[in-house]
Amino acid sequence: MLPPVFGVLFDGLAYGMLLFLLSVGQSVTLGMMNFINLAHCSFAMLGGYVTVVLMSSYGWPFFATLPCAFIAAALVSVGFERAFFRRLYRASDLDQVLLTIGIVFISVAVAAYIFGTEQRPLQLPAYLRSSLTFMGVRFAVYRLILIGLALLITLALVLGLDYTRFGARVRAAVDNERMARGLGIDVDRTFAITFALGSGLAGLGGALAIEIIGLDPSFALTYLVYVLIVVSVGGLGSISGSFAAAIVLGISDVAGKYYIPQLGAFLIYLVMIGLLMWRPLGLIGRR
Amino acid sequence: MKRLLLAGVCAFAASLLATSSHAQGTVKIGVILPYSGQFADAATQMDDGIKLYLKQHGNKLGGKNVELIRKDTGGIAPPVAKRLAQELVTRDNVDILAGFALTPNALAAADVSAEAKKFMVDMNAATAIVTTKSPYMARTSLTVPQLIQTLGTWAEKHGLNKAYTMVTDYGPGIDAEGAFQKGFKEAGGDIVGSVRMAVQNPDFTAYVQRAKDLNPQGIFVMIPGGAQPGAFGKALAEVGINPKKTEVMGQLEIADEHALASMGDIALGIITAGHYDYNHHSKLNEEFVKAYNEDFKRNPDFFSIGAYDGMHLIDIALQKSGGKTDGESLIAAAKGASWESPRGPISIDPETRDIIQTVYIRKVEKVGGKLVNVEIASIPNVKDPVKAAMKK
Repeated sequence: MLPPVFGVLFDGLAYGMLLFLLSVGQSVTLGMMNFINLAHCSFAMLGGYVTVVLMSSYGWPFFATLPCAFIAAALVSVGFERAFFRRLYRASDLDQVLLTIGIVFISVAVAAYIFGTEQRPLQLPAYLRSSLTFMGVRFAVYRLILIGLALLITLALVLGLDYTRFGARVRAAVDNERMARGLGIDVDRTFAITFALGSGLAGLGGALAIEIIGLDPSFALTYLVYVLIVVSVGGLGSISGSFAAAIVLGISDVAGKYYIPQLGAFLIYLVMIGLLMWRPLGLIGRR
Repeated sequence: MKRLLLAGVCAFAASLLATSSHAQGTVKIGVILPYSGQFADAATQMDDGIKLYLKQHGNKLGGKNVELIRKDTGGIAPPVAKRLAQELVTRDNVDILAGFALTPNALAAADVSAEAKKFMVDMNAATAIVTTKSPYMARTSLTVPQLIQTLGTWAEKHGLNKAYTMVTDYGPGIDAEGAFQKGFKEAGGDIVGSVRMAVQNPDFTAYVQRAKDLNPQGIFVMIPGGAQPGAFGKALAEVGINPKKTEVMGQLEIADEHALASMGDIALGIITAGHYDYNHHSKLNEEFVKAYNEDFKRNPDFFSIGAYDGMHLIDIALQKSGGKTDGESLIAAAKGASWESPRGPISIDPETRDIIQTVYIRKVEKVGGKLVNVEIASIPNVKDPVKAAMKK
């Protein structure tokens, strides 16, 4: 028999992975491309709605809806990127914030108009809602899946950005755009694809998160704070930083609620402040 | 000359406008609700309740035509609610203030009602003290202690001796914690522990695990409606608390239609105290639910019924006052009003201007393959216990 602390660690890890899946796309757009995209959770919400609608109205199985959530968010985001965002890549932070927060409010209103203001529940098959017991500690199946997917995505992104040609182009385009253009890299296209990747990941994260955190039109605003915390604590420009930050934040949040519930809501912020004072650039910050 | 003519026309038009809005047969109602933001769904349901009542009564209340002026607070925003109430009273010349999904907003607007002597109908905000803030206010929804203290007493009398309470750390949660513990302890029960949970709380496993480790006979929970009840139910399932073995009790939000849909079968056995459910069996309610579905393609909930009955109260008050719309006449007419609502018989307490109604104890069961709240007990004519205690 393992002591209850392992249960707390597992739940914390799973919660951290949930935060990570929600924020990993942001760590691509904000971290890699240096574009402050507050509309990140709007794309996550879009992914969530795609999954809910496909499941409830068309009877698709849950896992089949996940790629659709990714693709839908990626396609819509490319439209936005071409129409609005790319004009602001070199604009000031404030301009980017104003544009994207405006899009957040619009997305909340549009979602309320199309899908209604009520919660849209997700009906998962029973095996995804069960849990396994191992040495006296229970492991919820869905949380195990979250952890597995988060590990896969981290691995794919880190390897993809560090070791592929496309990854090298992205890094070159971000570091020195003029030089990259001079070397014949199609910076516009690279940025569009990177942005689509980030938003697609947001859509996927949203689709995976709604089972635990629910879905209604205010989703786009409610979870934005957590996403920004994870990315800033992790450090800009670092996928593995976000991963580490999500683990630390998730575990401290769950452990705090379990052992010192009086502190419950504040602990995640205290940890954020502590970590940022210790390392202002984030855990693995590059700039 | 031209300019003079224009001014004359404008003045004439303005006078026309002024007279038309003050014409004998029109009553103006200012509706203040959080139409946008996090609580937009509550506002939608309340607005639909208002619309349905007006539609069923030919857009007339007490024989007068009704003009609604809707204002959006955008969420919990007491200063905004107060400003909107002031604007409604001074600029739009409304006769009645209505709506109010949220306690802080209702409290802020109550000052305006008290100063301007305007009749105000609280159609939802459920903190006990709200109605004490203006002598011109009546409430047609519920008070948290009305439901929860009743639940506490009932639970103890039905074989529960040791309970754990879990509430969200906000006004209604703290109200509910106090009310449940009071009802439960006065009946002889024992509270083995309690926790106040973070307001922004997407994941309940840690709290639920802690409750499970204490192994209580029953758990009382009070969390805001919306996303949280579903998340709570999932935490119950993951941690392995079965409501059929450990009694899980709460206020009606935790087992409303959407919460049940997202929890699934784990919800079976959850016990709630409520004043309204769309499954309540009565002819009146069946008609109400049918009409509501025809117009709005969904079932009414407790927000809808609070607003629907709020309009009913305004209707009764205007009839009794003989068409007078000043605050004094309307509140005098509203006191003691009683009528048959889709939720059952209700009345307005002449002393506190608060609602007196039946509290139903319900249990989640599967009926015809669908999860519904089945009434297992009903306690008639429950007054708000907080104001009853204040008097003593």
